[in-house]
Amino acid sequence: MLAREDTPVSAAQHGTRVDLVVIADMVKRGSRVLDVGSGDGELLRLLSETRGVDGRGIEISREGVNRCVAKGLAVIQGDADIDLADYPDDAFDYVILSQTLQATRRPRWVLEQMLRIGRNAVVSFPNFGHWKIRLEILVRGRMPITENLPENWYETPNIHFCTIRDFVELTRELDVRMNRAVAFNSRGRAVRLNAPWWFWNMFGEQAVFLLSRKN
Amino acid sequence: MSVTRVDIIAGNRTEAMKREVDEPHSEVARFGAGKPLKLDAGVELSPFQIAYTTQGTLNAARSNAILICHALTGDQYVVGTHPVTGRPGWWETLVGPGKPIDTNRFFVICSNVIGGCMGTTGPASRNSETGEPYGLSLPVVTVPDMVRAQSMLLDHLGIEQLLCVTGGSMGAMQALQWAAAYPERVFASLPIAGAARHSAQNIAFHEVGRQAVMADPDWKSGVYFRDGSFPRRGLAVARMAAHITYLSDSALHRKFGRQLQDRTAITFGFDADFQVESYLRHQGSIFVERFDANSYLYITRAMDYFDLAADHGGSLANAFKNTKTRFCLISFTSDWLFPTAEARQIVHALNAASASVSFAEIETDKGHDAFLLDEPELYDIVRGFLNSAARARGIT
Repeated sequence: MLAREDTPVSAAQHGTRVDLVVIADMVKRGSRVLDVGSGDGELLRLLSETRGVDGRGIEISREGVNRCVAKGLAVIQGDADIDLADYPDDAFDYVILSQTLQATRRPRWVLEQMLRIGRNAVVSFPNFGHWKIRLEILVRGRMPITENLPENWYETPNIHFCTIRDFVELTRELDVRMNRAVAFNSRGRAVRLNAPWWFWNMFGEQAVFLLSRKN
Repeated sequence: MSVTRVDIIAGNRTEAMKREVDEPHSEVARFGAGKPLKLDAGVELSPFQIAYTTQGTLNAARSNAILICHALTGDQYVVGTHPVTGRPGWWETLVGPGKPIDTNRFFVICSNVIGGCMGTTGPASRNSETGEPYGLSLPVVTVPDMVRAQSMLLDHLGIEQLLCVTGGSMGAMQALQWAAAYPERVFASLPIAGAARHSAQNIAFHEVGRQAVMADPDWKSGVYFRDGSFPRRGLAVARMAAHITYLSDSALHRKFGRQLQDRTAITFGFDADFQVESYLRHQGSIFVERFDANSYLYITRAMDYFDLAADHGGSLANAFKNTKTRFCLISFTSDWLFPTAEARQIVHALNAASASVSFAEIETDKGHDAFLLDEPELYDIVRGFLNSAARARGIT
């Protein structure tokens, strides 16, 4: 069963992006973590500092990788759409995909790989079902440009947007267990705990899911 | 007592080299009859010696040692004045007080490889049984042999575990071999611009170089030392061909283009009209002053034979099974001798072995030689990786 939680989000104390703090709260201390799409290593650093994890990363941009490695993080240059296949089964406790799902060419395959490589998967993504986005399309008839999604449609790396409802549907198709789900708005305020899904899908700007294999 | 370049220009090459091969300026560890080096060729080499240098101080826990492995024509003079050429050490960019490989914090060891010609036993060394240089009577050596010899040096120095083993090109091969052969002795491995095996193209380039040496009448089937001759032309041509592979098309173009050498028009002859020709001839001529021709044959062969996967049942991942060593691989975009794809293969194998691995590709037009040159991104990555390894090892 779903356990949607009103996780206390304390971004200010770390000066870190809200979704990263939410993710860090989902990871058990001292576990083995693969961060897919490490960016400049902010999450890996947060995880190693606050959760003492054994963290590895994979990042597509050369600049990002080199910044991570210079910080002493174990990050390799690679493409999630291809290189996840190289990892053996059960190599990690958690495989994390932070704000990257919508930029992959094969989101479903990536998710399957994550749950093969790791016992748990943590996925965060911008919710394309948020009311502001719906309003943009409804009123202006244009692809939305928001604070979180600032690029024009012809420049954005995000080729596979989904809504919270879409993602929940995919997890059902993949037959995985959803252990936790958190949705919050841009100020980091979590959506009310006992709100129905339609409410989450309307008012959550971002969502973070903790998934695991059923067996 | 350092030798200046004047020696070389005056043609004292043989004297300077002869001295260094048996009695080098650096430290020497001598291994007598009781401690033979077991070679992959199936024979034992004894006695033998290893010439090495150290920088910095070994800490009380003996945990801050970094072994630097040199490339094909490198040697133990990683910093400081070279006793034959009088030039600065080959990795002054990266090694020294406050540098990324910080000799204020780390104890840095660099030894001349087996088969070399700067004081470690190689074909130019005097065979105590015959009283003359080994020449081709020295068994063919391999990269694993080089590493085995280095492990005996570490025993000699009383160092159980290296904080890090690093090197570029053939040095990277040794850094990988170290991690595969002695995983418990290597806390971190940092191979730069290397590969887990020598490619067909690289073997081909080496064969051209060896054939150039052996085609020189002064090579004399490897016993040129008997009458004091030396296959200068052959070895210079080998170096010229190899040097091209260390650079890149765009670097050569940037440096030389089609510019003419000390002339305003082409001469319709075969003199060095172009600057690039003159440059290569210069590279060839200075190389023969400091390197032994037979050593060149032996060490190129060692690189050709290197194939880490083949030594582990055909699977590179097997070479690193259950490894606790943390790895950082670095490649350069314009390196066509050890291209990024080679590093990526190693990364894949390390991932399959669930090893801790970082991998960065640095954008540069300087080709393979970039690891020896001024590359600030390289410094940042090496510094970051070593700091993190030192932290994990409890070194302040």
